[in-house]
Amino acid sequence: MDNAVITTRELTRTFGSFTAVNKISIEVGQGEIYGFLGPNGSGKSTTIRMLCGILEPTSGSGTVLGYDLAREAEKIKRKIGYMSQKFSLYDDLTVYENLDFYAGLYSIPHRERKKRIGEMIDMALLKGREDELAANLSGGWKQRLALGCAIISRPSILFLDEPTSGVSPTSRRTFFKIIQRLANENTTVMVTTHFMDEAERCYRIAFISEGKLIADDTPENLKNNVIKGTLAEVVHPNALYIIDDIEKLPYVKECSNHGPVLHVLLESENAIQALNYYTGVEAKIIRPSLEDVFVSLAKQNRRQVS
Amino acid sequence: MSRILAILKKEFLQMRRDRLTLGMVFALPLFQLLLFGYAIQTEVKHIPTAVFDQSLSAESRDMMEAFSASGYFDVYYSTGGYAEITNMIDSGRAKVGIIFPPDFSENLKKGDTATVQVLVDASDSMSSSTAIATANAIGLLKSQKIFIQKAQLTNLPYDIRVRPWYNPDGITAYYMVPAILGIIVTMTMVMMTAVAIVRERERGTLEQLMVTPIRSFELMIGKIVPYIGLGYLQITVALLVGALVFHVPIRGSLLELYVLTLFFITASLGLGILISNIAKNQMQAFQMSFFVLLPSIMLSGFLFPREAMPLVIQYIGDIIPLTYYLVIIRGIVLKGIGFPYLVSQVAALLVFSVVLVTLSIIKFKKKIA
Ligand SMILES: Nc1ncnc2c1ncn2[C@@H]1O[C@H](COP(=O)(O)OP(=O)(O)OP(=O)(O)O)[C@@H](O)[C@H]1O
Ligand SMILES: [Mg+2]
Repeated sequence: MDNAVITTRELTRTFGSFTAVNKISIEVGQGEIYGFLGPNGSGKSTTIRMLCGILEPTSGSGTVLGYDLAREAEKIKRKIGYMSQKFSLYDDLTVYENLDFYAGLYSIPHRERKKRIGEMIDMALLKGREDELAANLSGGWKQRLALGCAIISRPSILFLDEPTSGVSPTSRRTFFKIIQRLANENTTVMVTTHFMDEAERCYRIAFISEGKLIADDTPENLKNNVIKGTLAEVVHPNALYIIDDIEKLPYVKECSNHGPVLHVLLESENAIQALNYYTGVEAKIIRPSLEDVFVSLAKQNRRQVS
Repeated sequence: MSRILAILKKEFLQMRRDRLTLGMVFALPLFQLLLFGYAIQTEVKHIPTAVFDQSLSAESRDMMEAFSASGYFDVYYSTGGYAEITNMIDSGRAKVGIIFPPDFSENLKKGDTATVQVLVDASDSMSSSTAIATANAIGLLKSQKIFIQKAQLTNLPYDIRVRPWYNPDGITAYYMVPAILGIIVTMTMVMMTAVAIVRERERGTLEQLMVTPIRSFELMIGKIVPYIGLGYLQITVALLVGALVFHVPIRGSLLELYVLTLFFITASLGLGILISNIAKNQMQAFQMSFFVLLPSIMLSGFLFPREAMPLVIQYIGDIIPLTYYLVIIRGIVLKGIGFPYLVSQVAALLVFSVVLVTLSIIKFKKKIA
């Protein structure tokens, strides 16, 4: 990739004997929204912390904007924005004061400061609440203020660690629109999320499990290439009770539940009749969603480990 | 510079909104001073006093009435002579013995100095100093010459000049108020900065700070400086209480006191910020603060004179900032001495400040784990 702004080579971090991030190699191009997905504890936050220069890699290497992670962390910090997993604002400062504080930390000249803070307030839809204490903001507002603090310096790369957890669906959509706008203006965004609708909107997705990179591709390619076989949707009143039995059928590769609905991965399209006969209901062939892809990837990985 | 200013401003804003802490800053000196001051000020009264009056004159009785009237002495007239007096002091039944010579009245009438012998049980320092001071005061008042001798030192006549020099009226509050002020300031400063960094670590805001271009020294300076103002505010409250409630006179230069206090404040803040950089959480920070504050109270010369301590303990006292500040503040407030006499103490505090803050700057890393 010629326009890569983040590259890592076998980036690894261990805590004692535990390997949180295991030889991860990725490349992120400029202006991309790069999604970072994986189950809890898979090492997403640990990777992002290393990329932000606040966690020393144990081995491997990486560069951000051409600066080496291990040696030039402070140079990286001047050019990036970061929103940590528990977006931490100063609760006892107002919206304006929080923004002003970060403006000062990035040495934004006084002449420009008011204007920049105003921009952030507009962007974060916080107009009229400038003098409210951050403590009194609800989830979505707090999250957008945290974003404002992270991008007030106009960073070239923005790292967002689960920015949308604990936020209402409406706020989540608003937030992601802002992210997309930033990306259109050529900011690179690396974001971790558990939400598939957000993952769908990424240009590229890395899926990690137990510290290892399992897949790294566009959502489209992942949906087309990861799942081998035919995916069928089964709506059955006793879905949760029959899930184990279905998985044991010879022509079924995998079976998982999405709420009350079962997704059954068949060896081939021909097996659908046998399945219908077995369950007594009509199965429908569907195109795999990202969620199916990740469930499948996680299962494959677990099988390999055990 | 912009970054230091940003931290400063933020700390000021947070300080201003933290009503509880601000209240503490004012309430602490107020209550501590009133509490300590009054507790320690309770001078010893009703000291059991045995009198052996060999002159049996109107003049001796007149003098003893003055003793009784002062309220400090409960007078008992002995008939058993010198032996009984010493016996009473030895056994603790009397703390003070007063002996009028047979020629007391004659000498007075002749216009010679009439001497009265006062024996004091020096093992009880509180009552002995009260007794000495009061006997002196009355003696002066009555224009008699009084020999005071400590019972333990056989027959060494005490001169009038034994009276405590810098505190002639024996009012302990004079002596204690400046010291309490020192304790309060060091306590507040250490406690407040001890949580300054760990609190942000616990709340997660430190991780956010680490990703900004802030430098270690900028963060430390920005965290320390706002508390200097708080320290001065507290000292002002304490001095006002001292002056208005306990009538502690400030004999030296107030300006000099304020200037030299700066180094004590910074040394205390340095200690606090170093604790904050070492502690893993706020609980640990509190515990560590107590761990350093306790020796400050015990070994600095606040409660017990350092001269009376074993050498090893004195050495430990040497590495406590309060030890030096007590010399400075007692010197300026009670003795009225100035900077030229306090150079070494100020230098010590300066060294503390620089070393502690430098260690903090080195210790703070913009990395997690
Ligand atoms: N400082 C640390 N010391 C020890 N172990 C750690 C530390 N930080 C993270 N870990 C461990 O490393 C693993 C990966 O953690 P990480 O926070 O990177 O996961 P994550 O993918 O972000 O999970 P989540 O989705 O829950 O945020 C976890 O098992 C975690 O317990
Ligand atoms: Mg995480």
